Amino acid sequence: MNTTYDVVVVGAGPAGLAAAIEAKKTGAGDVLIIERNDEPGGILPQCIHNGFGSVIFKKDLPGPAYAYNFIEEAKTLGIEIVLDTMVLNITPDKKITAANSRDGFLEFEAGAIILAMGCRERTRANIRVPGDRPAGVFTAGTVQRLVNIEGLMPGKNFVILGSGDIGMIMARRLTLEGANVLKVVELMPCLTGLRRNYVQCLQDFNIPLSLSTTIKRIIGKKRVEAVETVKVDESLNPISGTQETIACDSLLLSVGLIPENELSKKAGVILDPLTGGPAVDENMATNINGIYAAGNVVTIYDLVDYVSKAGMIAGTNAALYTMGKSSSPKYYRLIPGDGVRSVVPQRINTSNIALKSSSTEILIELRVLHEFDSKVFIDIMDGDKVLYSHMEKYARPAEMITLRVDTSKLAGATGDLTVVVSSK
Amino acid sequence: MKNKYDVVIIGSGIIGSLTARYLSRYNLSVLVVEKEIDVGMCPSSANSAIIHAGYDPKPGTMKAEMNAKGNRIWHSLAPELGIVFEKTGSLVVATSEDDVSKLKQLQEQAAANNIPGVEILDKEQLKTREPLINPEAVAALWAPTAAVLDPFGAVLAAAENAVANGVTYLFETEFTDFIIDSGRITGIRTTKGDFICRRVINAAGLYADEVTRKAGARIDFSITPRKGSYLIFDPMKITLKNVIFPVPSEMGKGILASTTTHGNVLIGPNNEACDGKNDTATGEDGLMEVFNGAKRLIPSLDLKNVIAQYCGVRAKGNGTGDFIVEKASEVQGLINLLGIESPGFASAPAIALRVIELLKESGEKLEEKPDWNPVRKPFPHFHRMSNVERKKLIAKNPAYGRIVCRCEEITEGEILDAIHSPVPARTYDGIKRRTWMGTGRCQGAFDYPRVIAILSRELGIPAEEVTKKGKGSELVYRGTKECAQ
Repeated sequence: MNTTYDVVVVGAGPAGLAAAIEAKKTGAGDVLIIERNDEPGGILPQCIHNGFGSVIFKKDLPGPAYAYNFIEEAKTLGIEIVLDTMVLNITPDKKITAANSRDGFLEFEAGAIILAMGCRERTRANIRVPGDRPAGVFTAGTVQRLVNIEGLMPGKNFVILGSGDIGMIMARRLTLEGANVLKVVELMPCLTGLRRNYVQCLQDFNIPLSLSTTIKRIIGKKRVEAVETVKVDESLNPISGTQETIACDSLLLSVGLIPENELSKKAGVILDPLTGGPAVDENMATNINGIYAAGNVVTIYDLVDYVSKAGMIAGTNAALYTMGKSSSPKYYRLIPGDGVRSVVPQRINTSNIALKSSSTEILIELRVLHEFDSKVFIDIMDGDKVLYSHMEKYARPAEMITLRVDTSKLAGATGDLTVVVSSK
Repeated sequence: MKNKYDVVIIGSGIIGSLTARYLSRYNLSVLVVEKEIDVGMCPSSANSAIIHAGYDPKPGTMKAEMNAKGNRIWHSLAPELGIVFEKTGSLVVATSEDDVSKLKQLQEQAAANNIPGVEILDKEQLKTREPLINPEAVAALWAPTAAVLDPFGAVLAAAENAVANGVTYLFETEFTDFIIDSGRITGIRTTKGDFICRRVINAAGLYADEVTRKAGARIDFSITPRKGSYLIFDPMKITLKNVIFPVPSEMGKGILASTTTHGNVLIGPNNEACDGKNDTATGEDGLMEVFNGAKRLIPSLDLKNVIAQYCGVRAKGNGTGDFIVEKASEVQGLINLLGIESPGFASAPAIALRVIELLKESGEKLEEKPDWNPVRKPFPHFHRMSNVERKKLIAKNPAYGRIVCRCEEITEGEILDAIHSPVPARTYDGIKRRTWMGTGRCQGAFDYPRVIAILSRELGIPAEEVTKKGKGSELVYRGTKECAQ
């Protein structure tokens, strides 16, 4: 291991692997990935279900197979991956400290850094489920790791709170492993995960889903003995008299993901309060020169393929930065307007959209604020002028919308741009 | 197993453990029996974590005397036992002119209780000391000797030092009865058998009424448990410089806001009826009461940044509500410590030393051991170290280089220290309380599988026997189908 690298990537998940590979291919010299797990791939090795790779590989792959493709390519390209190693600090001048039990305390200097730490799960405390504090309350991803990696079953009778994707996938997985999944309850009046997961994981296994329902209380001194559910009204307030006690030994929480940005903050990276991740431009550059970010650390994606794509963009541009091929840019902001909850990137390099002749595609990821049942238009506006318009058959907060925008479409922009969604 | 001791202490909370620690100074064989799997599992680890200055208790009461003395002792005891102790001082904040007159009463009470340095700050001084304070606050009572510590860490430190000096702790050992011969206690019965002894110290906290009744002493004394809930915030989102109280009421000191020794803002407690002494369930109403109460002090608190919640139970005694620290008059050989609610933690060292006095008065000849070591060295805490110290630590033992808890940066080395310490951690929560592993933003989601593996390996038990907090709280129950084959 060296002490200086052209590019250091934090995290060997799908974003980090793709970023390191593209950085190397673009011409960066030494590239290092630092990974806290004891194997590369991020969350993918424990995602043994299929549904990965439709965009990048045009195949329906399980998580480990999707990761394997990238891991092998990284090896072939001579990218160093240091495993079981925790990054402790990143400074704005791109010095990194880390530790592991093999090499001890590590210090690196990087030409460019790519933040690819991913996300963590929201916990019981985040949503303040009251009651006792027994064993048997787990986040869905932790159970996924226990079952699929450690080979351990954490319970027999499960109730799942939240209709997030990992929760629904675990409902099926636990059922296949012989556990009873008694019910999935969801606070919102609609699914928060993908519809296909509802069909394949709940419907196909006859697992009931109760919408507009939450857990009011956890009961059990040592181990979970029961949970008390309650219906909620339109303003999400409990409706009295609708309580139901369900005997179970485990409560699984699938109540959302939060980008993990403690290191980003230490490095002085500015976060977007709407996404919880770094505010980036279309090259995935943060506000700190030479620090890039990609994947779920930036915003929570639905599909891993787009996480990898974001990683590739970050990798390419981090490499160009170290090769002195990036200038300090001028930006127009990309602002979430009517109907839009969040948008990534948060700003666009004006030089990329200045020329009508240039034709590069940029990816714009957005989430809507509420459900649109019928046809919607997503417009990018420069004041009153529509520069780009895209139609979707419907839009749901749970499903990320990816726009592939040809930059020539944005040529002639005169200032900050607004993204709006409307059913017209 | 040895079954004959000079002194048996019932309960390993802060009172029992500090009493054990001070008793370990003398040539006595001392046994601590604890019904739980670890020390300080009850109110001693679920409280406000504050060493109160001592202006609050009514002058002339046992509470007032013990609080004032206890606070003074903690200032030298904490460093001796390697307990993180932050001399924050505390504020009682007035939001109306009516409140200001109450501050003046408290100041007079402080003088009567002999509490040093208590003064009244004006609006500007308050704002400087605590920038996040409610702008409507008009004045505050400043008590510089109030402090904050890690309550479980303090109980553990006392217990470890006691064990290092020869005290025996037995866990999962529940007191069931006394053995009494001609009006004199000669032993106790427990779920793990009988133990012969000369003296019993009732430090059973919430259960102290049930214990004393078994000896036929203070049979009219009873404890009505009262719950208090707390919320903990993400330290990256908000910090406070002081312990901040509202003006006290009939119901007690009120819902306070402070910063723990780990940097988290803590708010609470409210005061709720309990459904039994082990009812530590939180409720939405109680948590909102706590939040709304604390928001009156610190308006910028945001529910979004809450990372943990818990509930503690107070050992509220009947009668005058004062602490009872006495030799039982109805039976010989029993020392009762009853109704030790807040400020029990602040008072604990003074109560423990009072127990020593009571033993002497009872005729115990307490000979000092020549080799008593009052100092307990804390284990390394990676997160708090400089890079130079971290480098040295990992070089000495590579296990400190493997970080198991990502949010709090707790290393495998620290977890091994906890499992192999003089008062060893045998559960997930045992490690959590010792190291603060799993107390951060992800609340253990990342470390669970890793810690199950470490506990299984170090204790030589299968993963299925690893528990969160003792038998019945197993974390996993079998291998998957593939693993079972």
